[in-house]
Amino acid sequence: MTDITAHWTLALPEIWVLSMACVTLLADLFFAEKLRDIAAVLTGLTLLGAAVLTFMLMGQRGTAFAGMFIADPFANVINLFSYLAVFLVVIYSGRYLRERGLYRGEVFVLLLFALLGVMIMASGGNLLTIYLGLELLALSQYALVAMYRDSLMATEAGLKYFVLGALASGLLLYGMSLLYGLTGSLDVRDIAAGLVNVTGANLVLVFAMVFITAGIAFKLGAAPFHMWLPDVYQGAPTAITLFLASAPKLGAFALIIRLLVDGSYGVMAVWQQIFIVLAIASLVVGNVIAIAQGNIKRMLAYSTVGHVGFLALGVLAGTLNGLASALFYTVVYVLMSLAGFGMILLLTRADFEAERIDDFKGLARRKPWYAAMMLIIMFSMAGVPPTVGFYAKLAVFQAVIEAGYVWVAVIGVLLAVIGAFYYLRVIKVMYFDAPEDAAPEIARDDVAAAFMSVNSVALLILGILPGPLMAFCIYALQGVI
Amino acid sequence: MLNITSILFYAFSIVLLGAATMVVIARNPVYATLYLVLAFFSAAAIFLLLGAEFLGLILILVYVGAVMVLFLFVVMMLDINLARLKEGFLSYLPLGLAIAALGVLELAMVYWTAPMGHIPAPAPFPGNYDNTRALGYVLYTQYLYPFEIAAAILLVAIIAAIALTLRRRSGTKSQRTEEQLRVQAKDRVHLVDLRANKH
Repeated sequence: MTDITAHWTLALPEIWVLSMACVTLLADLFFAEKLRDIAAVLTGLTLLGAAVLTFMLMGQRGTAFAGMFIADPFANVINLFSYLAVFLVVIYSGRYLRERGLYRGEVFVLLLFALLGVMIMASGGNLLTIYLGLELLALSQYALVAMYRDSLMATEAGLKYFVLGALASGLLLYGMSLLYGLTGSLDVRDIAAGLVNVTGANLVLVFAMVFITAGIAFKLGAAPFHMWLPDVYQGAPTAITLFLASAPKLGAFALIIRLLVDGSYGVMAVWQQIFIVLAIASLVVGNVIAIAQGNIKRMLAYSTVGHVGFLALGVLAGTLNGLASALFYTVVYVLMSLAGFGMILLLTRADFEAERIDDFKGLARRKPWYAAMMLIIMFSMAGVPPTVGFYAKLAVFQAVIEAGYVWVAVIGVLLAVIGAFYYLRVIKVMYFDAPEDAAPEIARDDVAAAFMSVNSVALLILGILPGPLMAFCIYALQGVI
Repeated sequence: MLNITSILFYAFSIVLLGAATMVVIARNPVYATLYLVLAFFSAAAIFLLLGAEFLGLILILVYVGAVMVLFLFVVMMLDINLARLKEGFLSYLPLGLAIAALGVLELAMVYWTAPMGHIPAPAPFPGNYDNTRALGYVLYTQYLYPFEIAAAILLVAIIAAIALTLRRRSGTKSQRTEEQLRVQAKDRVHLVDLRANKH
């Protein structure tokens, strides 16, 4: 047996984040009374350090810990975007958390542990580590959602999320156990090798794929496994919703790559069909039901379901271009929802949640720059050129058509048009409606506003120059396929 | 052929089955919990007979020592209405029996279709074989990485449980240990200079 500690340095970012999460926990315990910001600052430093370590290891390929840990560009890229997402969450949510008495060390520690879960999934080479990473992420998320104990909605959302999340984990585990029974291994590469002689006619394989895909679809929020998403997004404190919509989606995408592409690319025909159903159902549910929503958090939740549908289109193409466009879409979705929920956070006050669409009425007159940012965000979500949302959708459709599913692409385009309605409605409310008399004054939050500006403008610039980001996504997936 | 191991195995198995039955049918929940302790104990003994001494000892330490004590506390603290608890026992009995029969049937099918009789007995362990050492060896080498992640998950569970339950609501009367410990003589006794009998 080879030395188990060989190549352990490949996991340095993970080790760093774990150690720093523990340091933050202890530092907050001892110094929080004197230094209120210590947990937030340490979280920022952790993310910075992890980014430096990931850059140093960038591009290295290899395995560590008896094949349980895979280091490759895909894991690096997912990690980097996750650091960015958590960093923006910390910046945007500071004021909101302070005003609600949630500015506590545990929130930041749990954010770091959730990030660690995403990182573990991104480089999981074994069903065991992938599942454990998923549970680490999920447990942190349940706790974060329920953390706001003064809100009945948040507690209810936390409980719902917990029960349904446990069910989804069960589905995923059942699929994994069938896969293990079929191939006799938990190692992703051994599974890929073991499936060489298995065809789609094998009933056990079909069951395994159905259960694994259902588990992934639940974590992504794809219809018909989206039921938890609107309630949880609406009920959770907005700062936590902001997080739920960011790094965990990157983690769920990593699940697709590790379980379906790394492990079961040989039997792609089986899961491809399931993804067609998931994609169309998500596009319909997300884009049609969102129209009826008056709560903007709930509307963005349904919009998430719709975006997951587009992402699934890229996955079902199954080619390098398709998966790269799906990764591109995921990254863009994360940037857009960070900006979208960030905007809600900017408008909140201590006793005012700003979560109805009506709360955006006349924003253009009250705060022209905020309205302009929201305009870019909504255009990008709707897929209006020249924003990046347009290019992301275009890339996905291109991949689907290349793969020969023209009819699926047609349905996608039709539903994108329907979906544009409710995004444009927000813009109409901001620019053409008079402000409500009772609308409270908008609080000053210069740091968050500055980062929001960069975030929103980035959506525009990436739309004009999508090349580098796309090249980065292709680079990430080149070794995988 | 009955040797001492077989006799012990059957003895513990009978006790285990009896105790498990009693857990279900005992009238008093405290007795049911105590029967569960007995069931765990017998299972631990069977583990020992099978050469898995680590699992056996852990079962006693963790389940009997910690989990069951917790169970007993909960059962004793709750005001359980025995009559209500037994209500509907008979109406659910057919369903329960049907599910039990299904389980037995499945086990029987596995037993008769799988080549149970043809599986040779495992080779005896070498003299210096140590179950605990073998388990620890795998856990800290091949499974080192998942083991560490599991530790992180447990840490998250602790943080979440404490963060979600420990909070101070104003208006409730609770003991604040740290303030009690920090108290000093001057906080407790206030000396007032009373000038007696001015006139």
